[in-house]
Amino acid sequence: MCERGIKLEAGKKLLFDHNAIQSGLNHIADQIISEFKPEALKEIAMIGIQTRGVAIAGRLREAIKERSGIAPESATLDITMYRDDIGKRNALPIIHETDIPFDIDEKTVILVDDILHTGRTIRAALDALTYYGRPAMIRLAVLVDRDGREFPIQADYTGLSAKLPEGRKMRIEFGERPNQDAIYDIKKKAIKLPKIK
Amino acid sequence: MKKQEKKTEFQWTKKDLLSLYDLTAEEIVCILDTAEEFKKVCQRNVKKVPALRGKTVVNFFVEASTRTRMSFELAEQRLSADIINIQADVSSLQKGETLLDTVKNIEALQADLIVMRHSAPGSHKLIAPLIRCGVINAGDGAHSHPTQALLDIFTIREKKGGIKGLNVSIIGDILHSRVARSNIWGLIKLGANVTVAGPATLVPKEFEKIGVRVCHNVKDALENADVVNLLRIQHERQTAGYFPSTNEYAAFYGLNQGNAKYLRPDALVMHPGPINRNVELSSDIADGPQSVILEQVTNGMAVRMAVLFLVAGCVKK
Repeated sequence: MCERGIKLEAGKKLLFDHNAIQSGLNHIADQIISEFKPEALKEIAMIGIQTRGVAIAGRLREAIKERSGIAPESATLDITMYRDDIGKRNALPIIHETDIPFDIDEKTVILVDDILHTGRTIRAALDALTYYGRPAMIRLAVLVDRDGREFPIQADYTGLSAKLPEGRKMRIEFGERPNQDAIYDIKKKAIKLPKIK
Repeated sequence: MKKQEKKTEFQWTKKDLLSLYDLTAEEIVCILDTAEEFKKVCQRNVKKVPALRGKTVVNFFVEASTRTRMSFELAEQRLSADIINIQADVSSLQKGETLLDTVKNIEALQADLIVMRHSAPGSHKLIAPLIRCGVINAGDGAHSHPTQALLDIFTIREKKGGIKGLNVSIIGDILHSRVARSNIWGLIKLGANVTVAGPATLVPKEFEKIGVRVCHNVKDALENADVVNLLRIQHERQTAGYFPSTNEYAAFYGLNQGNAKYLRPDALVMHPGPINRNVELSSDIADGPQSVILEQVTNGMAVRMAVLFLVAGCVKK
């Protein structure tokens, strides 16, 4: 883990650098490999939650393949249609692609997301999965476990963890530039949304 | 299939869908992209999502409709909304209540969305700014039918991979057609070349002013067309004498074995329905390999789900 508190710009602190993030991912991969037998690992469906969970699931799959020689199946899930706050937000989240190219009935599913914070995204994702079928088991892997849960939801596999005070948020740069992944602690700004006509 | 329009991170901000004339190209593409994801929902085992759970949608049809209403109703059910259907012949409009009063009453029931069809052009534009509910236009007179045009454009985009640069010919009663007007606006905004064709009485030259090619010879409209959209001859207007007889219309302006040779082999044949078989479109072509008519119906569901979803997200509590 990198040193915390490096000043970059006003109010922006580096929490985790590229190496910390990679070791977090490796840690998750190790946990998954140790839990499942090779034949079970092959059958696992890693489902990344749009948008950043998809990139993380992809990297995680690579790490698992590198270590065990087995690549689990992969899919993407967009949870926008399953949110419980439509019309309560000022603006609508944009729908991204859902692509689950296999039947999830009786499968072991590992949901993958970037940050576990309130737990609401995961609640919606669990809801969404029930519309696709009845998995044998659902596990949750998150790159960062942040405090501030509003739902009784915990991750099964965690790469990194952090506590942030009120009024702060995490900004993740992941997979945008090679070997430049980073997670910052930034000031939470009121998002300026376009006016509804 | 490869797409011309790139998926954009575009934020929808309108609480109403009144006409395609009011939308930007970006807004139209946003609806089409969203509809793609809803189409997948319609192909699943469980064809339902909880996106509009707890929302109330009122289908208010002051003018008769079967397919549009059915399509909207099923779309609403698949989004888990609560639904009320009101038809004009049983509503208080019959007792002399004004449209605005009826709509205000619907709003007072805490409805979130009103899907309305009305014979008076512009009626949606009248009520939308006066109420909190979102308003979706399901047809207003000869003015606008945005969801029909969106499903037509969605079908074209899906089949052809894009809209820009395509030659689209709309043949039939353009004068009375809200489907034609909405298609024209939508297609022009996305960069298609639009031709309208039919008898001079039903295809006024004035349409040239909005940037479409007007022709009165079906052969000209068929040649080089990537898409041919045939409109229903509205028998109810026939008494006005716009054309001498149905048979004559079929012979000169219908798509049939006689003029099908001008059709490109990769051209799509579309029709908003209901078809007058062997009038505007002969049966063998309507049921033939170039026809995408039933796919239009399927896509209509997805497009209406997308519109309901986007608009509902902008309705304030």
